[in-house]
Amino acid sequence: MIEWLAHPGLVLLLGAMLLPFLRARARAAAVLVLPLLALILVWRLPDGAGLSAQWLGYQLTPISLDKLSRLFATIFSIMAFGGGLFALAQPSRLELPAAYLYAGAAIGVVLAGDLISVFVFWELMAVGSTLVLWSAGTAAAWAASRRYVMIHLLGGVILFAGISGHVLGTGDTAFVRMAPDSIAHWLILIGFLVNAGAPPLSAWLPDAYPEASWSGTVFLSAFTTKTAVYVLLRGFPGTEFLIWVGLFMVFYGIVYALLENDMRRILAYSIVNQVGFMIAGIGIGTEMALNGAAAHAFTHIIYKGLLLMSAGSVLFATGKRKCSELGGLFHSMPAATICGIIGALAISSFPLTSGFVSKSMVSQAAADGHLTWVWLALAAASAGVFLHAGIKFPWFVFFQKDSGLRPADPPANMRWAMYGFSFLCLAIGVWPEALYRLLPHAVAYEPYTAAHVLTQLQLLLFSGLAFFVMLPWLKRTLTITLDTDWVYRVFLPALAMAAGRGIGGIQKGMLRGGAAIGARLSIAIRRHQRADGFLMRSRPTSVMAFWAMLVLLAYLIVNYIQ
Amino acid sequence: MQKHWLDQPRNVRLLWRAFLGVLVATVLAEFLVHLHPHFEIESLFAFHAWYGFLACALMIIVARVLAFLLKRRDSYYDRSDHD
Repeated sequence: MIEWLAHPGLVLLLGAMLLPFLRARARAAAVLVLPLLALILVWRLPDGAGLSAQWLGYQLTPISLDKLSRLFATIFSIMAFGGGLFALAQPSRLELPAAYLYAGAAIGVVLAGDLISVFVFWELMAVGSTLVLWSAGTAAAWAASRRYVMIHLLGGVILFAGISGHVLGTGDTAFVRMAPDSIAHWLILIGFLVNAGAPPLSAWLPDAYPEASWSGTVFLSAFTTKTAVYVLLRGFPGTEFLIWVGLFMVFYGIVYALLENDMRRILAYSIVNQVGFMIAGIGIGTEMALNGAAAHAFTHIIYKGLLLMSAGSVLFATGKRKCSELGGLFHSMPAATICGIIGALAISSFPLTSGFVSKSMVSQAAADGHLTWVWLALAAASAGVFLHAGIKFPWFVFFQKDSGLRPADPPANMRWAMYGFSFLCLAIGVWPEALYRLLPHAVAYEPYTAAHVLTQLQLLLFSGLAFFVMLPWLKRTLTITLDTDWVYRVFLPALAMAAGRGIGGIQKGMLRGGAAIGARLSIAIRRHQRADGFLMRSRPTSVMAFWAMLVLLAYLIVNYIQ
Repeated sequence: MQKHWLDQPRNVRLLWRAFLGVLVATVLAEFLVHLHPHFEIESLFAFHAWYGFLACALMIIVARVLAFLLKRRDSYYDRSDHD
C-alpha cells in the first residue's frame, strides 16, 4: 500500500485534501512543497510499469512511465508550483485545494498505463476544474461552471462508452496506440477531442475559463487541454483527420480572439489556437511532428500560464477585464507589463523565446512531408498568433489609450511567479537542448539557422505592421461574438420552452376532451359490469386454452421468421 | 507627475521609424542570408514578409465579416444565464 503514496499525482491529490486544515505559513509551505515533491517523484520513478493492481478482473497500471509521460508530468508539476505561488494570497479557501486536485488528476492521467485509470483521473480532473470555477464565487462563474460540467460529463460518457467497447473487443485494458477504425475507437477519439477544445464544442473553453478568479484561470489554462494533447499523442498519432481538426482550431482561435474585448477571453481563444498547432502536429505524425507537438505543449503551458498571470495581475489590481476599459497600465505596472510582453513574444514564437524552438518543429515536419497547403496554413497561422495574442493582448491592456488607471504591480509572490515563468520562456528559447533531451523521440533539429531566424522575423514583424496599419478595424467594442455555445445557451432552451408550451396546450386539450370521453367510457364499462355483462360473464376453460395456444403459435412463428 | 517617455509623441514617432527601419532591414537581409526554401513559392522575393502581411490582413477581414453576422452586445447572455 505504501508504494501508492509514491504516485506523484496522488501526492498532490491527497495534499490538496490537507490544505484546508492548514493555516498561514504551514499552508504556504505545503502549497510550494507538494508540487516539488511530485516533481522529484516523477524523476525518481523508473521507466516502465510501476504499480499494478487487479480490479474486477481487469489489469490496472496507474504508473507506467516513459519519456512522453515524464515530459507531461514534469510540466504539470512545474505549472502547479508556479500557479500555487501565484495564488498564495487567494482569499478563496476552496480554490487552491481544488486546483491541486485538478493538477494531481492531470498527472494521474499522463502516468496511467491503462484506459480505466485514464478514465478515473480524467473525471477527477473534471471535478477539480469545476471546483476551481466555483470558487470564483460569482453568479457568472456559477452559471459557466454548470455549462462546463455538462460538456465534460458528456465527453466523459462518450469516452467511457469508447473505453468499454475497446476493452470488450480486445480484452485488454492497456492504453496503447489506436486508430479510428471502429466505433469504440471513434468514441475514444471524440471523448479526447472534447477536452482538447476541438470543434464543434470548442466554445466551452472561452465560455468557462475566463469566469474563474484572477488566479483560477492560470490553473485552468494548463491541464485539461494539455492532457487531451497527451492522450492524443499516445493514442492516435498520425491520424490524418487530426491535421484538419488542428488547422480549423488554429484559425478559429485567431478570428474569434481578434473580435474579443475581454482580455482573458482573448487568451482563452488563443489556447484553442495553440492546441490546434499541437493537434495538427499529432495528425502529421512523423517523429519530428510528434516531438514538436509535445515540446509545444510543454512551452505553451509556461507562456500561457505567464500571460494569464499577467492578465490576472491586472484583474487583481483593477477588477477590470475589458480591453475597452483598460490601457496605459505600463505606467504603474512595469513588472506585469514586461512579463506579459515576454509571454506574448513566446506565444508568437519570436527567436530566443520558447515558442520559437517548439512550434517550428511542427512546421518543419509539414515541410519535410511536402504538405504544401498544411505548411502554408501553419505559416499564416503563426503570423496570426502574433496578431491576436502577441500584440493585441499587451497593446490593448498595457498601452493604447491611457485609461487613467494607475494600479500598482501585484504582491511579491505573484511577481516572482511571473519572473520564474518569464525566465523559463527565455531559457528554453536560448538553450533548447535541455527541452529537446526530454522529448519522446531523438531530436535532429536545429532551430537557430540564419534562414529560419530571418524568415520568422519577416513573418512576425510584417504581421505586426498589419496590426498597426489596420488598427482602426480592430478597435474594441462592447460586444461578444456568438459561438456554438449559443446552441445550448439560447436555442435549445428556447426550443424546450416552445415545446413545453406546445405540450402544455395539447395537455389542456386532452384534459378537456379526455374528460368527456372518460365519462362516456365509464358509463359503458359500468353497463358491462352487471352480472350478465360482457366483463363479468364466466367462460369455459377451453376458450382460454385456445387463446393461449394461439399466442404461443404466434410466438413460434415470429421466432421462426427471425 | 513626470510624463513617461512613451507618452511623448516625438518618441512614438521615433519608435515608428525604428520599426519601419527594422522591417526594411529584414527584407534586405535576404541578399546576405541564403534561404533554403522547401517549396517553390517560398523562393519568391521576401515571401515571408508579404505572406505574413497578407495573411493577417485576410484574417482581419474575415473577422470583420464574421462580426457582421455574429456580433452581439456583451450583455447578450445575461438574462438567460443567471436565473
